[in-house]
Amino acid sequence: MVRLFALVLLLVGAFAGRPACAQDLDAALAKLAGASGYAEIDAGVAALAATGSPDALPIIEALGEGRLYVDPQSGVLVLKTADGRTVDAKSGAAVSANAAQLAAVRVNNRVRRAIESSMGALRLVAKDSAVRAAAADAVFKARDPAALPAIDRALARETDAGVKQKLTEAQAAARLMDGATGDADKIAAVAVVSKRGDQDALSLLGAAGAQASPAVKPAIESATATIQSRLALLENVQNVWYGISLGSVLLLAAIGLAITFGVMGIINMAHGEMVMLGAYTTYVVQEASRIYAPGLFGWTLPVAVPLAFLIAGLVGVLIERTVIRYLYGRPLETLLATWGISLILQQAVRSVFGPTNREVGAPSYMSGSFDVFGLSITYGRMWIVLFSLVVFLGLLAVLRGTSFGLKMRAVTQNRRMASSMGIRTPWIDTFAFGLGSGIAGIAGVALAQIDNVSPNLGQGYIIDSFLVVVFGGVGNLWGTLVAALTLGVANKLLEPFAGAVLGKILLLIFIILFIQRRPRGLFAQKGRAVEA
Amino acid sequence: MSGAGTNSMGRRPLLLSLIDGKGWIFLAVVAAAAVLVPLLNLAVPEGSAFHVPTYVVALLGKYLCYALLALALDLVWGYCGILSLGHGAFFALGGYAMGMYLMRQIGPRGVYANPLLPDFMVFLNWKELPWYWHGFDSFPFAALMVLLVPGLLALVFGWLAFRSRVTGVYLSIMTQAMTFALLLAFFRNDMGFGGNNGLTDFKDILGFNVQAQTTRCALFVATAIALVLGYLVARYMVTSTYGKVLVAIRDAESRTRFLGYRVETYKVVAFVVSAMMAGVAGALYVPQVGIINPSEFSPANSIEAVIWVAVGGRGTLVGAALGAVLVNFGKTYLTGALPEIWLFALGLLFVVVTLFLPKGIVGLLTQKRQQRQEISPRDESLAAEAGIGEAGAVEGGKA
Repeated sequence: MVRLFALVLLLVGAFAGRPACAQDLDAALAKLAGASGYAEIDAGVAALAATGSPDALPIIEALGEGRLYVDPQSGVLVLKTADGRTVDAKSGAAVSANAAQLAAVRVNNRVRRAIESSMGALRLVAKDSAVRAAAADAVFKARDPAALPAIDRALARETDAGVKQKLTEAQAAARLMDGATGDADKIAAVAVVSKRGDQDALSLLGAAGAQASPAVKPAIESATATIQSRLALLENVQNVWYGISLGSVLLLAAIGLAITFGVMGIINMAHGEMVMLGAYTTYVVQEASRIYAPGLFGWTLPVAVPLAFLIAGLVGVLIERTVIRYLYGRPLETLLATWGISLILQQAVRSVFGPTNREVGAPSYMSGSFDVFGLSITYGRMWIVLFSLVVFLGLLAVLRGTSFGLKMRAVTQNRRMASSMGIRTPWIDTFAFGLGSGIAGIAGVALAQIDNVSPNLGQGYIIDSFLVVVFGGVGNLWGTLVAALTLGVANKLLEPFAGAVLGKILLLIFIILFIQRRPRGLFAQKGRAVEA
Repeated sequence: MSGAGTNSMGRRPLLLSLIDGKGWIFLAVVAAAAVLVPLLNLAVPEGSAFHVPTYVVALLGKYLCYALLALALDLVWGYCGILSLGHGAFFALGGYAMGMYLMRQIGPRGVYANPLLPDFMVFLNWKELPWYWHGFDSFPFAALMVLLVPGLLALVFGWLAFRSRVTGVYLSIMTQAMTFALLLAFFRNDMGFGGNNGLTDFKDILGFNVQAQTTRCALFVATAIALVLGYLVARYMVTSTYGKVLVAIRDAESRTRFLGYRVETYKVVAFVVSAMMAGVAGALYVPQVGIINPSEFSPANSIEAVIWVAVGGRGTLVGAALGAVLVNFGKTYLTGALPEIWLFALGLLFVVVTLFLPKGIVGLLTQKRQQRQEISPRDESLAAEAGIGEAGAVEGGKA
């Protein structure tokens, strides 16, 4: 593929009116091979750079890293590749040469400087389009007028639209800083830079504005204003995204509670510990993968999700069967008993895994980031947002679409009636509690990616989770979704003005006051169920 | 307060007649401790087997502070059904008010020797005392604040919450959010309360060295007196007509409202009085432990206080105090001897008490005694039922 691409590139280069390219390269290489003394090597590098050939880049790179040699027998240049093979510098074909006889092409500081400066220009025509894009970006940031000829050459032979755009921007940047460029070209360049519209463009315009002629100045000023308002908007959008990201974390933490507290009315203070169990399950799965199957590390999260659901769900079933079922109808007592359970679970995990934070790694698809309209989005956060929505929709589907969900809703709405219709209400209670706990465990898998996995992990989420469920309206999953996202976004939008801690305090006060106005939350349940 | 309540209070007999059997036992024990502990600490020589070391005096003083906090919590939870998970906040606010007084007493003896500013403010480069620190150099003012600040917070919070009929678990979660918000707020350095480190390095209280043996004993006695006074106030409240309405609210809030009582007023009064008591407990706690920091606001502390009341027996006042002392004694012992076990024990305590001891230790004892008295060989099952019924009813009916 790369070769094909290079071929196309060469052909295009040929049709673009540069048939002398190959001869130039041969001449430059011969010059470099026959060089004696640094001055001639320097001249050779310059000649090589002047060819503007994509083949020249690996040779100059090898020279910079001391991997370029002259074969004294044939007098041709060979280079050692990164994996230790010896190949012909020009053709890339393997050569059998006696390693001891090869004479390295030497470099000094002067040659190094020449290498550095020529590399920028050569990268603009490199075979790999990612390298070309990065080089164009570097030129844009350097805004060096001296790079203009190289950019023009590269632009002429560029075929990739994305790289071409970047090259155009780099050209505009260099032109703006170039004293020799005419006003009309500069104004066109301002338009290009303004289109780019990021922080770098802004600082470029700032620098260009200082030395611009009166004809160009108004264009620069209006472009600056456009970019600034765009950046301000972008910052808000970025904050909203952070807010959604925080909201998805809140949603994950609260959604299990929306079942146990919201639908069943159990004040489960051990909810946070279910999240913690899920996080520790992830940790154990990853440790097992490290020991037995290091190659499958990427699969640890997909494996941990069902496992965490099972483990947390089983613990939930156990708690319901042994403690909670004796406390139905006594919500305050349930609160105390589950708090006690949470202490026991915390201490149990602390005894088994130790009190320190455990490290949960991020598989490759969870790390890194990408840009959308200048918005930097990390993969980890994006997956968590998507994951939380999937969990939410899945839960909704279970409640709406399955026989178990139907029975569960029936029991919640009218326990005695449901019982009369033959539904085994105690088992529904047990499994519903297990479901809520299991969902909390799933949340733990995701939260282990962004939080410290320690025995206290759950404690940090319990208050927030309750507030989300209460704010959204008990017994309403959609309310939980809206509440989680609202609180997340509000928190992040408050942060720039109030700071992280004060923003959180303001939000807590807001919820306390809001509950005074609407004691049943955003989406209150209607009808008789309220009194129950 | 309602007119009905004050009228009937006017016709009450002597205060002493309000105290029942367990009350007398409780008062006798506290009084004995208040006399014996300082005596055994100050008068008995150090080598003697009867000598009480000074650190034990401070420890017992701490227990009594917790007992007062538990008493305050029992007043609202046991008699009014308001499960506050934020009483630690009132306790800590009282503590901070006292801590501010103690900080001002340090004067120029701090590390930076600034006559006006406490050390942490000098450290943070503050130039002048924030307005809310003024007046705390005077003990009467600080003492007033110990009552007023928690009282005011309880008034505002209670008025808002009870007026809009936030009840049950919702109220519990709101109180928890309140103490959590305060925790976050007091962690901030800009608040001017010493941030993370809180207030510490106290020197004098009322001109006496805080560390001195005699001061420790005096503080212990003062705490015992506060506990007795708190008990008497709470007892007076719950045995009055006002207290009867409070219990009615606990058992059937809507019904009480329909009978024409302004439920929210009754609740707010109980909540405010309880918060003030908790504030006093905190104020006495701080000089005895020598530090107050934001962790006192942590929701876990408040929930722990709830379990003291539950263990001792809610709705009994005496039980709350007993539970506080017992649980904290267990905590001191276990965290020293078997630190791994403590959280298991505390967690189990929560579960066991709620499952098997809903009336707590005192409730269990009362129930047993009543059963012994009432069961006759003629109709055992009926009497047993009546006994359970009695246990479910309010113990105030017997007083």
